[in-house]
Formats: sequence, structure tokens, C-alpha cells
Amino acid sequence: MATTALDSEITQSDKYSILLPTYNERENLPIIIWLIIKYLDNSCYDYEVIIIDDGSPDGTLEVAKQLQKLYGSNKILLRPREKKLGLGTAYIHGMQHATGNFIIIMDSDLSHHPQFIPKFIELQKKHDYDLVSGTRYKDGGGVYGWDFKRKLISRGANFITQLLLRPNASDLTGSFRLYKKDILQKLIDSCVSKGYVFQMEMIIRARQLDYTIGEVPITFVDRVYGESKLGGSEILQFAKALLYLFATT
Amino acid sequence: MTKLLEWISVTSAVLAVWCSLVGGYVKHKFIDENMNFILVSPIIFVILFGLYAVTVVLYRTFTFNNCEEAAIQLKAEILEAKKDLHDKGLRW
Ligand SMILES: Nc1nc2c(ncn2[C@@H]2O[C@H](COP(=O)(O)OP(=O)(O)OP(=O)(O)O)[C@@H](O)[C@H]2O)c(=O)[nH]1
Ligand SMILES: [Mg+2]
Repeated sequence: MATTALDSEITQSDKYSILLPTYNERENLPIIIWLIIKYLDNSCYDYEVIIIDDGSPDGTLEVAKQLQKLYGSNKILLRPREKKLGLGTAYIHGMQHATGNFIIIMDSDLSHHPQFIPKFIELQKKHDYDLVSGTRYKDGGGVYGWDFKRKLISRGANFITQLLLRPNASDLTGSFRLYKKDILQKLIDSCVSKGYVFQMEMIIRARQLDYTIGEVPITFVDRVYGESKLGGSEILQFAKALLYLFATT
Repeated sequence: MTKLLEWISVTSAVLAVWCSLVGGYVKHKFIDENMNFILVSPIIFVILFGLYAVTVVLYRTFTFNNCEEAAIQLKAEILEAKKDLHDKGLRW
């Protein structure tokens, strides 16, 4: 009886900090915030959204301030930085200001739909997973707006990665995930790579450190507004990271 | 053990067996009769595995779930969000 009471007390105090890194997401930011509010206010989870804007020239920060006024500064937190310092450090920066015991990382370009957040949370609670990762490659998951070439590259890269690294996760480069905060801190500390391959290294390190991983199929709708910030060097970066992790983990 | 070491150890174990067969260290009638096959078996294995890989990747590419419904739902929600935020006085 005592344990049940304690359990529910712990559950009661669970808080989720959603990290939203933005760079030139003026069009998308109000919509992603609206969707987060829509899907999380329906559930009874305690949460906060931390917007990390890297001095976007399109004035994303100005819109963020309006949103903060609208929804309240206990729900929307602004932790901007002066200039574009990259995605990896944006997460670290945001996490330093997070008050939740869970961290959710997602893109703000609408390719990650907030409707999946309650599913991440439920799955985590059910099995007490250390991290839950969204996956585009498993049952019910998928993508929209990708041409044949992009699908082929994605599937090919995924096949090679699964073969060489045998991670316990099917989507390594996706960045829609929920972490226990202390676990995320340990993962970040053990990661060496920067930029977008950072996501891949995080989940490989999780396997190495024997953390438990859950997966939720997600539908990934390619960005509607704005430019992709990641250039053609993606594949090269990916190959390098793959070989590095192959040789060291 | 790193993944690289795992690969190296498994590959060298298999190659060691292959070498002992080809080098004639193990004597058996069956081995002598099938020597040609044993000689080319690594190449055959690599070709077969390549075919398997290409088939799997192509199959998964063609069957990669196209989330038409998710896109339609998102478009509708974007319109709804814009209207609601506009009504609440947000301009962007
Ligand atoms: N704070 C911050 N956010 C960034 C930076 N670079 C990218 N972002 C944000 O990180 C998220 C992912 O970036 P994307 O450009 O969408 O990268 P991607 O999803 O791999 O590529 P596409 O969706 O195909 O354009 C988005 O929410 C961006 O606004 C950065 O340097 N600083
Ligand atoms: Mg994106």
C-alpha cells in the first residue's frame, strides 16, 4: 500500500521539458506551439516548452515572445543565444534551464508531430524506459514528401548502420525522442560528435551504456515552410560517424 | 569488444577454416571432390549477400510507408491553428 502511494506521488511530480531549437522557424513556431498545447493540455501531464533560438534573422524570437505572452511564461520559456551555434549545443543549453525530470527533444519544423508525445510518455511509464525514440522505419511509421532517391538513401544508410552497429533501435538519425534527464546528461557527456550525427551517436552510446530503449512509430511529414539547413555534406558526415562508431563502440 | 573487433574475429575464424580446407590440412574425400566449390565459396557468399542487401533495401524503399493521411491531417491542423492564433491576436 505504501509503495503504491509513493509511486503515485512520483508520477504526480513528473515533469516534461520539451526542447525546441529554432533557426528561421518564424512560420512554423506558432503552429508547433499550438499543437503541443493542444495535445498536452488534453492529457494531464505537467510540462514546459523551452525555445532555444539562435539569433534567427527572420525574427523567430519576436514571435516566440508573443507566444510566451499568450500562453504564459511558466509554460513557454525562452532561452535564446546570440548567434547560430549549432543543434548539439542548443540541446545542452536548453537542458541547463530545464526543470523537468524528463526531456523531450523535437524539431520545430512540423516534421515531428506533437500528437506522439503522449504516446512516448505512456510507453516510457509502462516499461520505465531510459529513453523512447520515435521511429519512421517500423510498423505504422513512415514519411511524407520524400522522393525515391531520398527514400533509397535513407533505407540504404539504415541497412548498413543496422548491419555494422546492431543498435537496439530502428531509427538512428531521427531526433524525436524522450529521455530521462540524468540519462540524457550522461549521454551528452559521452558523445564526441557535433552536428546532426550527434543523434546517431546518442543512441549508440545508449546501447553501449546498457540503457533501455523504447520505440514509437511516428509519421514524419517533411517541412512545409522554410529551408532545410543541412547541406549536401550530410552523407559524408554520416559515413564518417558510422566508421568512427564502428571502430570505437 | 568494439564492433570492428567483432567483425575481425568472426571473419578471421571463418577464413581460418577456409584456409585449412584449401591448404589440404584436413583430408576427406568429400573435401577433395568439392574443392572447386570450396575455392570460390567466399566469392559466392559475398555475391549472395550483396543480392540479399540490394533486394532488402529496394523492397523497403518501395514499401516505405507514405503518410498521406498524416499530411492531410497536418494541413488541416495548420489552418485551424492559424485561425485560432489570429483570433487570439497573434501576428507573424
Ligand atoms: N537553435 C538552433 N536550432 C537549429 C540550428 N540548426 C537547426 N536548428 C533547428 O533544428 C531543427 C532541425 O533542423 P532542420 O533544418 O529541420 O534539419 P532536418 O530536419 O535534418 O532537415 P530538413 O527538415 O530536411 O530541413 C529545426 O527545428 C531547426 O530550426 C541551430 O544552429 N541552432
Ligand atoms: Mg526537419
